Amino acid sequence: MVFSGSDHRTSDFLELLQRERPELLSKFGTGAFGITSLPDSPAVSADFRSFRYAELKGQHVPATSLMDLYDNLLEGTTILAVVYNEGIIIAGDRQATAGFQVGERRIRKVYEVDTYSAIAIAGVAGPAMEMAKLFQVQVEFYEKIEGSQLSLEGKANSLSNMVKSNLPMAMQGLVVVPIFAGYDLKRKEGKIFKYDAIGGQYEESEYYATGSGGKDAQATLKKLYSSDMSRDGALQIVAEALWDAADEDVATGGPDFIREIFPTIKIIDSTGISDIPDSEVKELYTELLDRLRN
Amino acid sequence: MPAPYYVSPEQIMQEKEDFARKGIEKAKEVIVLEYRDGILMVAENPLATVFKISEIYDRIALAATGLYPDYEALRYAGIQGAEIKGFTFNREDVTARWLANQYSQQIGGIYRQSDAKPLEVELLLCEIREDSSSSNRIYHLSFDGTFWEDNEYTVIGGRADEISGILENEYSGGLDLNGAVRLAARTFETIEAEVDEAERYQVTAETIEAAVLDETRNRRKFKRLLPDELSEILSA
Repeated sequence: MVFSGSDHRTSDFLELLQRERPELLSKFGTGAFGITSLPDSPAVSADFRSFRYAELKGQHVPATSLMDLYDNLLEGTTILAVVYNEGIIIAGDRQATAGFQVGERRIRKVYEVDTYSAIAIAGVAGPAMEMAKLFQVQVEFYEKIEGSQLSLEGKANSLSNMVKSNLPMAMQGLVVVPIFAGYDLKRKEGKIFKYDAIGGQYEESEYYATGSGGKDAQATLKKLYSSDMSRDGALQIVAEALWDAADEDVATGGPDFIREIFPTIKIIDSTGISDIPDSEVKELYTELLDRLRN
Repeated sequence: MPAPYYVSPEQIMQEKEDFARKGIEKAKEVIVLEYRDGILMVAENPLATVFKISEIYDRIALAATGLYPDYEALRYAGIQGAEIKGFTFNREDVTARWLANQYSQQIGGIYRQSDAKPLEVELLLCEIREDSSSSNRIYHLSFDGTFWEDNEYTVIGGRADEISGILENEYSGGLDLNGAVRLAARTFETIEAEVDEAERYQVTAETIEAAVLDETRNRRKFKRLLPDELSEILSA
């Protein structure tokens, strides 16, 4: 084949990379840093908390231990998706957290995949963002080669395989947990696919939230969600769920009126995907705060 | 043992050229026009499933004519190369100039191989401008791997010269999309009428394939004009 040695033709970009440029994928599948288990050291326990405890008590901790490295990794926090009567909304906060520090205030956890779908990511930010990027290319590559789009379920399954191939990294604590949301053109409805750390894929029909503040967001959605919600109603509960997550979970960022940083919200319906502009999200939060004060 | 026949290099290359030209002479044409918002590509193609025009990357499209398996392999290689490069570095590092060179090396390499059939293809690699301060690029690649840049309008395929002759008089800058599509349709009708005057040939949404690189679109500038959109433009 042109530009490369092989004659084999594929519409699977992951397969293509594995064949042509495996070094780009070394992180997926082989395990981070070429190791398969944590080092055995008295001060370094596999348990993150007891390591922290040892450090706080002033015990000797190797300066460049693996746990130090883990401590400095950015982690994404709350992401969610809500089905409404004309499609689906997918959203996430903007903060990434490293240990007890705010690592990044403007990180994006929700990415457009194609005209009718989006991915949101929670977990360790580096590999998660890489997975989102790879997934987007994977879907687009198929569409260009085949001249037609993958079905929504087809896209979801392909993401499941990516999460699965991250298993060795997940075993080391470098977990990536995405939500995939899209509008199913055939069935004319929004759909949510959730994943566990080892690639298990489950479909949710109403709403779902995950990440460190996921439980709090989920509780809010559970109370406020009703079937057949309108766009505006759904946007309101999305904003409120993210607010509650930020309120309860220290690792989730709330709306930041000083720096003008607001959660990312994308909406997908039969006409395709679009961003809810920052101005509209700001408006949502201004109204929410008024409501909460009274 | 008889000595092998001696064939001069000139004769070998001449025969290859004749072979490739003969293949392309039979090929249906593709017209590429710059219009106000970007680049329009129109092909005479009655098949709804085999495309002559396709998306390569964010701002890059390929219009091809000649032997289908030959240009399909090139199309695939272009998408593959572009995606791998964009994934390795950054999306904006994938440029038509880079891709044109890759194609040139590949097509030229096969052309010069002693035991290979030359690719019977003619390609237009189109790239829409990044912003108003830069300009559109249209790279015209020939069966022997040579390439050059065209602008405003260009044609590939069997009767490319005749069609260019018509466009030379008819084309004007600043056309809107509808105007550009109609100009391409009219040009195809004129050239067909010259061949077979008895029956008036009419271009419809079913006989052509059209796509644009439209700078008003988001990241992916490529868009195929659907049969409904084409009918509407052509009937207006």
